[in-house]
Amino acid sequence: MSVAVLAPLAMSLWRSLTDPSLGLTHYTDLFTDGITLTIVSRTLMTSLIVTVGTVVLGYPYAYLMTRVSTTTRILMLTAVLVPFWTSMTARNFAWLILVQRDGPVDKMFSAVGIDGVVLHGTVAGVAVAMIQVMLPFMVLPLYSHMAGIDRKLLLAAQALGSTPIRAFRKIFLPLSVGGVVSGSILVFALSFGFYVTPAILGSPQQSLVAQLLGQRTLQLLDFAAAGALGIVVLLFTLALVTVANRMGGSVSALGASVAKGK
Amino acid sequence: MATHTQNPAPRHTEEQGRPARRQKPVDAVPLWLKAVGVLVAIYLILPTLVVIPMSFSAGATFQFPPQEWSLRWYESFFTDERWLRALSNSLKVAVSVMVVATLVGTAAALGLSKSRGRWAEAVRSFLMLPLVAPGIVIAVVVYIAYLNWQMVGSFWGYLLIHTAMALPFVLVSVTASLSGFDANLLRAASSLGANPLRAFWRVQLPLILPGVLSGAVFAFVTSLDEVVVALFIRSPLFETLPVRMFNSVTIEIDPTVAAASSILVVLATLFILTPQLFRLVRRKK
Repeated sequence: MSVAVLAPLAMSLWRSLTDPSLGLTHYTDLFTDGITLTIVSRTLMTSLIVTVGTVVLGYPYAYLMTRVSTTTRILMLTAVLVPFWTSMTARNFAWLILVQRDGPVDKMFSAVGIDGVVLHGTVAGVAVAMIQVMLPFMVLPLYSHMAGIDRKLLLAAQALGSTPIRAFRKIFLPLSVGGVVSGSILVFALSFGFYVTPAILGSPQQSLVAQLLGQRTLQLLDFAAAGALGIVVLLFTLALVTVANRMGGSVSALGASVAKGK
Repeated sequence: MATHTQNPAPRHTEEQGRPARRQKPVDAVPLWLKAVGVLVAIYLILPTLVVIPMSFSAGATFQFPPQEWSLRWYESFFTDERWLRALSNSLKVAVSVMVVATLVGTAAALGLSKSRGRWAEAVRSFLMLPLVAPGIVIAVVVYIAYLNWQMVGSFWGYLLIHTAMALPFVLVSVTASLSGFDANLLRAASSLGANPLRAFWRVQLPLILPGVLSGAVFAFVTSLDEVVVALFIRSPLFETLPVRMFNSVTIEIDPTVAAASSILVVLATLFILTPQLFRLVRRKK
């Protein structure tokens, strides 16, 4: 069944190496055409911002989930799962309504006297929406990691005279780093190849790698070059996932989270 | 008051202070953290809900908040030929994907659980590939291949690639439920005279059924919600609901998408909320 993916992949690989003649020209072009590298670095930057954003919002949220009563925890989990299971297209459409010109966000900024904040068609707008879209993929692995940390260690530290903040910083934080790292790699990898949000909220002038791939395929019909870029993106993602795997965040365990992100 | 504190003050506070200190939780959750939690929950839930007021707009743009209200976009969704066809295509594909992926995935999980070694590992990694590959890469290479195979815009094209993308979920969830299965039960069944098929049907399947069912649900939703690959392999003659929605947002500016989105948001919320509410109610009892 996975032939459905492998055969097309092999065909594209073959074509990227042989069309029109045998060689690595399509791969070297990626580095020399000037556009691809710009777009790739913009994409890396955006993915980094999205990753940091999801950690900043997701870490306290996941931590809080380990500290509240079961009822509150179920409610908090529901708040993560509902967007997780809601149609990707619908969620991004909602962001389009919010950040469009003269939309609610625009008016809100004008009301407090800040004009000229353009979120529609910019990387900033894409990042704001993508942080929200990716947040469940950070919170779920983080929470499952944090739930395994023994709270008694912190109580022991406090009983020995440590302040709560110091106990958190010296004990909980180091123990939770594994969850942060695997969640971050997951979100970063997902963001790097993410298509829906940039396609709906971004613009061709500030396009990201996924848009470039789509454009080279559907509009320029440059299948060999698109194949080369696609394979580079795939290898980069696979490398990240392998690292995340080594770090202990099993792909299988995160499986549920990964594919919904596409 | 003054005498109170002056006289036996040290003893007094020590006696009453200690239980008081113990009652105040040693390990309290700071208020600001709770506030952050509430804000993040709002950020997760609220933005998506704008599609609901949007869907009741009377205007033909995405202007928000709407100036006037109507049900015209719901009417459009349930009467427009293109939307209805997209919905029925999506359901047909998703149900077929669910059936095929569940059967193949369960069989693969059973087979792989018995065999160890390099080959089993390789097969497993291959099956997991569609899970880790970015959707856009799958979309591009599959689109190019489908052009050659004349499968663009065909039901079978959708079925094939969506099944490959849904398979990892079935594999993961069935494998997880198999890990809790005691193989001695099968030996017991066969020693009591059951043939392997009957032992599987009557003993193993009922025990791993939760894993199979959750895999099936995941497979169904994966196909139903998949938009990137669907966008590339669509044709004007055959497209799925997410594709119709995507093009209504990006190209046509058709507010029917707000009605479609609202329906999906409400369905997803009910889908998550129902089992969670049951858990809450059961805890309360």
